[in-house]
Amino acid sequence: MGAIVYGYFTDEINLLRAVKELQGKNIKIADVRTPFPVHGLDTVLKYKRPFLPKIAFAAGAIGGILGFGFQAWVFTEAWPLNIGGKPYLAIPSFIPVTFELTILFAAFAMVFAFLIQSNLGPGKIPDILDEEVTDDHFQIILTEKNNNLAEPELTKALSGSGAINVKHLNSEK
Amino acid sequence: MEKQDIPEAKPLNFDKRMKTILAVAAGLGIVALLIAVFIQQLPSTRIWANLWLNAIMFLFLGLGALFFWTVNALGESTWQINIQRILESMALTIPFSVILFILAFPGLKDIFEWTHTEHLDEILQKKAAYLNLPFWLIRFAVYFIIWSFFAIYLRKISVRNDYEPYERYLKRIRSTSGWFMVLFAITSSMAAWDWLMSIDGHWFSTLYGWYIFSSMFVAALAVIIIIAVAFKEFGILPNINKEHLHDLGKYLFGFSIFWAYLWLSQYLLIWYSNIPEETIYYVERTRHFETLFILNLVVNFVFPLMALMTRNSKRQPLILVTVALIVLLGHYLDLYLAIMPGAVGHEAASIGILEIGLPFFYLAVFMTLFFTYFKKAKPVPENHPYIIESTSYENL
Repeated sequence: MGAIVYGYFTDEINLLRAVKELQGKNIKIADVRTPFPVHGLDTVLKYKRPFLPKIAFAAGAIGGILGFGFQAWVFTEAWPLNIGGKPYLAIPSFIPVTFELTILFAAFAMVFAFLIQSNLGPGKIPDILDEEVTDDHFQIILTEKNNNLAEPELTKALSGSGAINVKHLNSEK
Repeated sequence: MEKQDIPEAKPLNFDKRMKTILAVAAGLGIVALLIAVFIQQLPSTRIWANLWLNAIMFLFLGLGALFFWTVNALGESTWQINIQRILESMALTIPFSVILFILAFPGLKDIFEWTHTEHLDEILQKKAAYLNLPFWLIRFAVYFIIWSFFAIYLRKISVRNDYEPYERYLKRIRSTSGWFMVLFAITSSMAAWDWLMSIDGHWFSTLYGWYIFSSMFVAALAVIIIIAVAFKEFGILPNINKEHLHDLGKYLFGFSIFWAYLWLSQYLLIWYSNIPEETIYYVERTRHFETLFILNLVVNFVFPLMALMTRNSKRQPLILVTVALIVLLGHYLDLYLAIMPGAVGHEAASIGILEIGLPFFYLAVFMTLFFTYFKKAKPVPENHPYIIESTSYENL
C-alpha cells in the first residue's frame, strides 16, 4: 500500500519530455526533484503562481506607512526638534528612511512567506529520497495512491519514458 | 509555454500613405513654429529654447537606444536579438541630429548666459576657462564624432553578418561596445553639463549628468517599447512575444525608479544643505513652475511604479504602450523643466501652440529616418547565434 516509485534522469530536456509523456498517459506526478530550477517545469506541472509578490506589496506598503508615520509622529508630536530651520514635517528628509523600511518589511515578509510556502524552515527534516538529487540527477516521483496503479506498472511507465534507473519505496511515507 | 506557430514576417510597408502622414506631422510642427514667430511674436528666447529642447530630445532617443544596444552586447544578453534592429535604426539617427542642433545654434546667445562674454559676472568669469564658445564647440564636435562613429561602425558589423557567419564578429561587437561604454560614461555626463546644466550658469550639481542620463534612457526605452509593440501588432517582427514585452516593461519600471532615485538624491541634498547658490535652481522651479514640478514626479515615478508593478501589466501590449507613451511625455516635461526656467525665465515661459506643435516636426523626422534605416537591413539579424534563444526564452 502506498508505494513510492521514483525514476532518475540525467538532464532536464529528457526530464521535461518524460513529464509530458507521463501526463499524456494520464499518470499523475506527485513531485519532481531537480538539483537546479528547470525552465518550463512549473508550467508543465501546472503549478500555481506563487503569492510572494502580493505579500511583498502588502508588507512593503505597511512598512512604508509605518516608517513615514513614525517619523512624522516623532518630529511633530513626540519630540519636535528644529533642525537647520527646516519645518517639523520635513517630508524630503523622511524619504530615505521610509524607503529603507519599505524594503526591509517587504524583504523579511518575502523570506518568511517563502519558507511557509515551500514548507521549509529551521528544524525541518529534509525528505530527500536520494542524495543524488542534490548533485546531478533529476527525479520524477509517482505514488500508487495518486494513480490507482500498482508499483510494477508505474515502474514500467517510468522506464518506458526514458528513466535511467527506477527505484521504489514501500513505506507508509 | 507551448510552441506557437510564428506567422510569416511582413515587410515594413513605408508607403505613400505613411509618408503623407509624416509629412503632415512635420508640416504641423513648422506651422506651429511660424505661428509662434510671426503671428504670436513670442520672445526669441522661448523659440530658440524650444528648438534646443526638441533637438536634445531627438538626440536622446537615438543615444539611449545605442546605450541599450551596447549594454546588452557587452553583457552578451540574448533576449533582445529580435528587437536589435529597432535599436540599431534608432541609434543611426544620432549623426542626423547634429543638423537639428545646428538649427538652434543662432539662438545660443539667447539660451546660454555665459556666451555674453562682454559682461560676465565674477562667477562666470571664473568658469570661462571651461564655458567658452570655442571650447564648447570643440566638445560638441567630439561628442558627436564619438557617438556617430560607434553607431555607424556597430551597425556596419551587425549588418555585414546577415551575409557572413556571425561568430567571427561577435567578439568585435562586444569589445567595441566596451569602448563605447567607457567613452559614453564621460561624454554623456559632459554633454549634460554643456547643453543643459550650463543654462543655469551659476548653478552646479555633481549628480546632474547621471540624472539626465537616466531621463534619456527611460525616454528611449519608452520609444523602443512603442515601436516594438507596433511592429509586433502589424506583423513586421512576429518573433516579438510577451516575453520581450515583459523584459522591456521591467526595464521601464526599474529605470523609472532609478530616475526618481537620482531626482531625490539631487533634490534632497540641495534642499537640506540650503546653500543659496544651490537652492536657486529649485526655488525657480518650485515657485514658478509648481504644477509642472509636481506633475513631473507623478508622471515619471508614481504612475509607472503603480501601473507596471504587476506581471500582467507588463505583458499586456495595450497597458505597456499606454504607460510608455505617458512616460515619454513625462520625460519631455522633465527636459522642459531643465531648460525653460533657466533659458526663458518664468515670465516668458509657458506651454502654448509652439510647445505642443513643434515636437511633431521632430517626431516626423525621427520616424522617417527610423523607417528608412530599418528598411535598409533585414528586420532581424538572422545569422546571430543567439537568435533561437531570443525567440524561445521565457520569463519565470
